[in-house]
Amino acid sequence: MGFLESWGHFFDRIGLIRIGSTYAADIDFLIFLVLVVVGAWFLAAEFIFLYFIMKFREKGDGRRADYIDGKNKRHKRWITYPHLAVLAFDVLIIVVSFNVWHKIKMDLPENPDCEIRVTGQQWAWIIQHCGADGELDTADDIYTVDELHVENEKLYHFKLEAKDVLHSFSVPVWRIKQDAIPGRSITGWFQPTVTGTFDLQCTEICGFGHTVMQGQVFVESAEEHAAWVEANTPEEAAAPATDNTPPAG
Amino acid sequence: MAEPAVDLTHAHPHDDHAHHGPEGWRKYLWSTDHKVIAMQYMFTGMFMALVGGFMAYVFRMQLAFPGINVPGFGMVSMGEYNSLVTNHGTIMIFWVAMPVLLAAFGNFLIPLMVGADDMVFPKINRLSFQIFFVSTIVILASLFVEGGGFAGAWTAYPPLSADSTYNLTPLGSTLWVVGVGLEFVAFLLGGINFITTLMNSRAPGMRAFDVPLVVWMIVVASILFMLSVGPLLAGAIMLIFDQTLGTGFFNPATGGDPILWQHLFWFFGHPEVYVVLLPAMGVVIEIIATFARKKVFGYRIVIFTVVATGVLSFFVWAHHQFIAGIDPRMANIFTITTLLISVPIAELCFVYIATLYGGSIRLTTPMLWALAFVAEFLIGGVTGIFLGAAGSDIYFHDTYFVLAHFHYTFFPIAIIGTYAAFTYWFPKMFGKMMDERLGKWHFWLTIIPFNTIFIPLFVLGMGGQHRRISNYSGFSELARDGFQDIRVFATLSLLVMLAAQFIFFYNCWKTWRSGPKAPKNPWKANSLEWTTESPPPHGNWHPDAMPVVYRGPYEFSVPDREDDYWPQNEPPRRGSAP
Ligand code: HEM
Ligand SMILES: [Cu+2]
Ligand SMILES: [Cu+2]
Repeated sequence: MGFLESWGHFFDRIGLIRIGSTYAADIDFLIFLVLVVVGAWFLAAEFIFLYFIMKFREKGDGRRADYIDGKNKRHKRWITYPHLAVLAFDVLIIVVSFNVWHKIKMDLPENPDCEIRVTGQQWAWIIQHCGADGELDTADDIYTVDELHVENEKLYHFKLEAKDVLHSFSVPVWRIKQDAIPGRSITGWFQPTVTGTFDLQCTEICGFGHTVMQGQVFVESAEEHAAWVEANTPEEAAAPATDNTPPAG
Repeated sequence: MAEPAVDLTHAHPHDDHAHHGPEGWRKYLWSTDHKVIAMQYMFTGMFMALVGGFMAYVFRMQLAFPGINVPGFGMVSMGEYNSLVTNHGTIMIFWVAMPVLLAAFGNFLIPLMVGADDMVFPKINRLSFQIFFVSTIVILASLFVEGGGFAGAWTAYPPLSADSTYNLTPLGSTLWVVGVGLEFVAFLLGGINFITTLMNSRAPGMRAFDVPLVVWMIVVASILFMLSVGPLLAGAIMLIFDQTLGTGFFNPATGGDPILWQHLFWFFGHPEVYVVLLPAMGVVIEIIATFARKKVFGYRIVIFTVVATGVLSFFVWAHHQFIAGIDPRMANIFTITTLLISVPIAELCFVYIATLYGGSIRLTTPMLWALAFVAEFLIGGVTGIFLGAAGSDIYFHDTYFVLAHFHYTFFPIAIIGTYAAFTYWFPKMFGKMMDERLGKWHFWLTIIPFNTIFIPLFVLGMGGQHRRISNYSGFSELARDGFQDIRVFATLSLLVMLAAQFIFFYNCWKTWRSGPKAPKNPWKANSLEWTTESPPPHGNWHPDAMPVVYRGPYEFSVPDREDDYWPQNEPPRRGSAP
């Protein structure tokens, strides 16, 4: 991991929020970059501001304020140069943001290991897993409520839908968030990198029970996940599907 | 515009107003005096601030101590929580920030600062307040109807807001839309007056660039409002139809589109931020110039920048919808426009800071508020960059990071800006001088807790805490001990801040009872409102003594003058340049 990228792990390291997917560190890097750039600006501005207040405070010595109207070129420089610098930093942030945005929301990596369908409804997540064959809408699909089971390191495509009102699918450790809209199906992707149990939130207010629309994602190792698939595959589909289980490890 | 504007209103003598105006309590109900209407807006707005603040108290208590019996309210159910949050946001923006900053100070200041005896259309002005008053009653009533107040967030996204089988508040949600719609109508009427009064009623000699910046900013804000609200009013009518007549403008099952509302809402909603920001920025620069005894650094730069910001603000709305399911390519365009708007806003901040340079700064209470506005608004500004960059907004959208960000813009605007304006013009409005010592106590006990409420909320947002949730104990990551401590800390800070507001009320009451009488121009400022009595009489100046303007409003510390200020209406000495 290069020096620059390592800053993408800053918020994970200080214990604020874990990095749990392949693109989480990209987002965190962008956040960290913005933090450094605008943080420096912010501190400089506040420092100058407070310094002026102290330095030019009336001290009862009869000194009068200067008469500066800001029309003079020499004075205007003090506004123009910082202003160009802001523009330059804006461009830097835009470029990095574009890259992150493209990676996560525009370029869909091909050949997913599994497809899932997530449907928001008042007030639960209905999740349709691909099952052992890795394909959606086949007989071995596994349906759950408020529980998403995935295998670590695998590439997932999701189809996000909503039955009634808007919902929003969010797993903070993966840095993923996407609104679900009735009447549409939105495709996206994620690839978990850490095993464990994490929060699955609904981040769009969806009525009375929005608070309790809480789910969990279970990122499992290959063996654990295979066991879960086996135990939950619907009976009619169980026999043929087991052959396709990816090899353990 | 070299020619002084023709002043129609000055042609009429004002003595007859005094005789024909309504008397007693009816004076307040039917008055067309812009100062009375300003007070009506101000007191209604301040009352609503108490309502909105009370709501914040209730839901912050629930968040810090889930399930507690909140003193003064009781247990907070999930539905009530949603309704409290929704109406807190709605009220704070539409019934506090707008009426106080735009309507109250716009009404009070514009005629006085341009040297007019009243607004151009005083009866439209009165109608504006009356409609606003009705809208206030509607929104308050909506909290008490069967099913409770609307609970679908202040953004009112359909389908949730459009169908009572989803939102469970059949009456509350319709009353909410009606109330907000009426409020829009009131401000459309008010805006007409602001714009025409600036254009037509300026004192003889007052050129466009002699007008105080706060007037410019309030007028630009009104124009922004009038240009942006039309589509949303149309949307509001469609929403009412969906709610009550069963149409399906926003219902995908009948070919409608829920995202359409989001576009209409934010096409208005983003400029709306500038609608409330600009008056506050204007107030602040007036105060900074006066108490730094400095000419504003680049008066014209400020006006052009404000206009540029206003125009740009119409092209950024979809940054609220990055992850709402719009075409992802749109995000690129709106990231660019959003980050670009940081340039003029940064420029304004530089101008404000530069104005302090070389000044002779007096830290009076209004000056403290004005400086605090700059210091705090900067935080709101820089945190906006995180959200304007689509890449990081994927994570931050709808978290407490967003929430803390926009409170760092709205709180400086609606609360700090209001206190700055109120303490600065109090002598003019009420003819008495407020107590400075109490004023400073109030200042510090508001500013410090404000930061200790919202800085912790940034941290929670970074940790993934999402918005509009009444109880986090079901989320393993958010129910961590450390996080709960942060919530408690923020809530305790709020209690301190709310308690400190009693200092302010006590100060007002005490000043009203026994404060020293204010002279005409207690701060030695230049603009025209300081050349008349405190408080100004009906008609503002004696009809024979309407002001004539010779210079801009910021001629402080002009070399070779004995006084360090130079009122706009003071005739130049014979032979010397104006
Ligand atoms: C008095 C201090 C204030 C405190 C402690 C406070 C606190 C809060 C909190 C905690 C929320 C979010 C609750 C949730 O999402 O669960 C919220 C929402 C909001 N607040 Fe404030 N607030 C204050 C003042 C203001 C002011 C002055 C304004 C605007 C002028 C404002 C505008 C809003 C808006 C627009 C929302 C969003 C409502 C929604 O989600 O629909 N608040 N406030
Ligand atoms: Cu929800
Ligand atoms: Cu916006």
